[in-house]
Amino acid sequence: MNAIIVAALWGVLMMYAGFVAKGRSTNLLAVTGVIVLLVVNWLEYLGLSIFSIDTKGMLVYNSFGLLFNEVILFATLMYFLLSGQELGKSNKTPSDLYALIFFILAGIAIIAGFKSLLMLFIGIEIVSIPLYVLAGSAKTNLKSNEAALKYFLMGSFSTGLMLMGIAFLYGDAGTFFLEGINAGMGIISPMKGIGLVLLLASMSFKVSAAPFHFWTPDVYDGSPTVFTSFMATIVKSAGFFAFLKLFESAFGNIHREWQILMAVIVFLTLVIGNVTAVFQQSVKRMLSYSSIAQAGFMLLGVFALNVFAKQGMILYFAAYSLATIAIFAVLARFKDDSIESFNGFAKRQPLVAISLLVSFLSLAGIPLTAGFFAKYFMLLAVLKDATMLWLVVVAILCAAVSVYYYFRVIQAMYFKDVTADQEQQQLPEFNSAFKIIILINSLLILALGIHPDWLTNLL
Amino acid sequence: MFAAFDNFPALLIWLPLAGGLLSFFIKSEKGAKANAMIFSLLSLVVMLTALFFTASKHFMLNQVSYVWLPGIGSSFGLILDGLTRILGLLTVIIFPIVFLMVPANRYIHANRFYGLMLLTQCGLLGVFMATDALVFYLFWELALIPVYFLSSVWGGEKRIRATFKFFIYTFLGSLFLLIGILYMYLKTGTGSFGLVAFYNAQLSQTEQFWMFGLFFIAFAIKMPVFPFHTWQPEAYEEAPTPVTMVLSGIMVKMGLFGVLRWLLPMFPLAVKEFNTVIIIVIVAGMVYASFIAIYQDSIKRLVAYSSIAHIGLMAAGAFTLKDSAIHGLTLQMFNHGINIVALWVVADIVERKTGVTRISQLGGIARKAPILTMFLVIAAFANIALPLTNAFVGELMIFNGLFQFKPWIAALAGLSIILSAVYTLNMVKNVFYGEPVAATSTFTEINRIQGLALTVLTGLIFVVGVYPDPFFKLIHETVGLIVNKYVTI
Repeated sequence: MNAIIVAALWGVLMMYAGFVAKGRSTNLLAVTGVIVLLVVNWLEYLGLSIFSIDTKGMLVYNSFGLLFNEVILFATLMYFLLSGQELGKSNKTPSDLYALIFFILAGIAIIAGFKSLLMLFIGIEIVSIPLYVLAGSAKTNLKSNEAALKYFLMGSFSTGLMLMGIAFLYGDAGTFFLEGINAGMGIISPMKGIGLVLLLASMSFKVSAAPFHFWTPDVYDGSPTVFTSFMATIVKSAGFFAFLKLFESAFGNIHREWQILMAVIVFLTLVIGNVTAVFQQSVKRMLSYSSIAQAGFMLLGVFALNVFAKQGMILYFAAYSLATIAIFAVLARFKDDSIESFNGFAKRQPLVAISLLVSFLSLAGIPLTAGFFAKYFMLLAVLKDATMLWLVVVAILCAAVSVYYYFRVIQAMYFKDVTADQEQQQLPEFNSAFKIIILINSLLILALGIHPDWLTNLL
Repeated sequence: MFAAFDNFPALLIWLPLAGGLLSFFIKSEKGAKANAMIFSLLSLVVMLTALFFTASKHFMLNQVSYVWLPGIGSSFGLILDGLTRILGLLTVIIFPIVFLMVPANRYIHANRFYGLMLLTQCGLLGVFMATDALVFYLFWELALIPVYFLSSVWGGEKRIRATFKFFIYTFLGSLFLLIGILYMYLKTGTGSFGLVAFYNAQLSQTEQFWMFGLFFIAFAIKMPVFPFHTWQPEAYEEAPTPVTMVLSGIMVKMGLFGVLRWLLPMFPLAVKEFNTVIIIVIVAGMVYASFIAIYQDSIKRLVAYSSIAHIGLMAAGAFTLKDSAIHGLTLQMFNHGINIVALWVVADIVERKTGVTRISQLGGIARKAPILTMFLVIAAFANIALPLTNAFVGELMIFNGLFQFKPWIAALAGLSIILSAVYTLNMVKNVFYGEPVAATSTFTEINRIQGLALTVLTGLIFVVGVYPDPFFKLIHETVGLIVNKYVTI
């Protein structure tokens, strides 16, 4: 509850700050805002609620939700620190963009505590609408405009599906509350079944799970890289949290009934995401497909719905977001998105390169990085119930494929030399603050890889 | 968390790790080399000291278990028992020799080269000592990552492709291993990754079959045995020679070690069910690899294929489940490491002096460098397991086991030994005897450092060949535990 109100107020503050604050001070104000959010959210985790508003039980915060929110806020902090400079350059009035991001954070805070389908809907819409604006924020870039329009049309469509699903569920259970929908001793009435499938489709759309993923590569590729980073990490994690919570709380009793549907979605997402990523020549587009592929792994958590799934989900959010934010922050400085532009990067920028190395290793799930334990928990979650073990085999085959495309960038950075015409190109510059933060970021990835208990024990 | 240094296993992990990390901050090549030598020799000293404190009498010195992830049920557990000692000894002997043989000014960023090598050593020792499946898995990967970078940065022309193939292969294998470990973990009932808990896990026969398959694929790729060997010749050829030595001398033993420590004790029913098939496939692969080796014109490829045959023999020995074979193969793991590194050292010297790796372009080195030739002949004899050499002891015992298992299989495997004499002696004849050719006309004798390295290696060949008893004492207890599991069934 703390986070919703502070985030919303800070968003308004950021809007007005555009009149006075310029350049760096805007960024500073935004960073301060996230730190304040982190603190108030943590206070609530410790049991200290600053605002007490009676929501009639529609918003209830438990430790899972608050921890999720804390991870998201921390990722946002890293995002502001690493990409703040690029964000400032992307628009004449960056404070507007910051304001939109704070509104999104307010939406995510609602998602963190929803107990009613109404709140879920409101939360997801508060997240989505500012995103459409952010996707099109490069107003003179045709690709950005296309991305925004595409995102908006497809997003509205999935919102429509979601509303219809909610309506069906309401018609069946007579309530919007998740517990009310979950009641009924595991019997599926036709209306409930239709509602479930509609919600499954719309949530799959939001987290870009196959076969509802078609918008993702174009939108991620077309949007300005700074916002692709935000969409692919923080917003996606929020989508997954909503997905997990909705299906656990509202459809937990009929888990076995929809598990097979989920298995098909997981299978398609893993295979399509990983196989398509192999053929990409642009790092940005490769990362778009990689985000689909990683979504496949996170979906294993929704598929399994047990204690390991929850731990793994939190860890996955942290591992995936930190790594992806770091990679996008560096990528945003490059003029050219192709893999070749990373050639010889390790020689020119050893410190940044090693941070990227850790990030890529984490995405590939190599041990001693957070990504390993994230995948570990997901696999464990599926193995625990010992149903549909073929999914595990598919998942590890896909993980092996993913090594191929992540390591192509590593190979370019470390083993390939700069070509002649690349030498004349202007190199991205990194100031020392950026280097320190990206290094801290990679140390965090390693710390979570050595001791995931630090995060999962908070649950 | 890991504060204690009062025991050997922890020291053997921390020394190479500290040395490896330190190496990245040393600018000069000489300094880096000295640093690598110091830390690898320190590990050797620790290991040799540990030999005087047997695991059964000095429990506290040889076994540790630090709290690591209590929530998950994994602790940082290490043990230095017989099986570990012999492989650990091999590791700490090979690394100083490898460092000694690294030529100056050959590799750019030499400090990183040495750093990654030391990290590999840390990973290898960790694999051998781990008593916790998750720790085992982490070290298994930790040993792989530095090798990937070493080969890709400093390797030959086709290094990136060859190394990547190797990496993907073994990584896929380790993922299967991971699934196996996770499933076992869920089956322990106590939620622990400990070795003992894994040994005691209750599995149905079907489950054993599946788990056996997962673990076996991972280990078979790593060894590698036929038909999982296709990454190996290329990777050996393209890796820089010091890395090839580590790969072929120590790293392939990870697979065999995995079979002895994890596979055989955990899945007795499955092993009993599949061992005949596995042995037949492996032995067929040995003969196949030996035939290919005869037709190789590159020394490196010849040694690579010969290695497949030798490793195959050891793997086949493990699955006979006979006391003699398992004793023999445990010793032979040590011997093979020494022999193959000696061969690599000689091959490396020849390549550096002549710049040629083709057997057909070499000849007559014996006239120019008699001492080098003497060392090579000893190593070659060890490679074909002549009496008085170390391999004779090991391979004889493995053959004994194979013969007890199925005489005709032993006969087939014996064919590969005959073939190994063919290609090894052929190589010796063509490269070292006859008239000197253009490439070898200016060949010079080896220097003192090279002589020292080869003396140590050939010395070990004879010591083990003549007096293997202390080595058997070292491994007897641990091997007995493995074999006893099968006596009752």
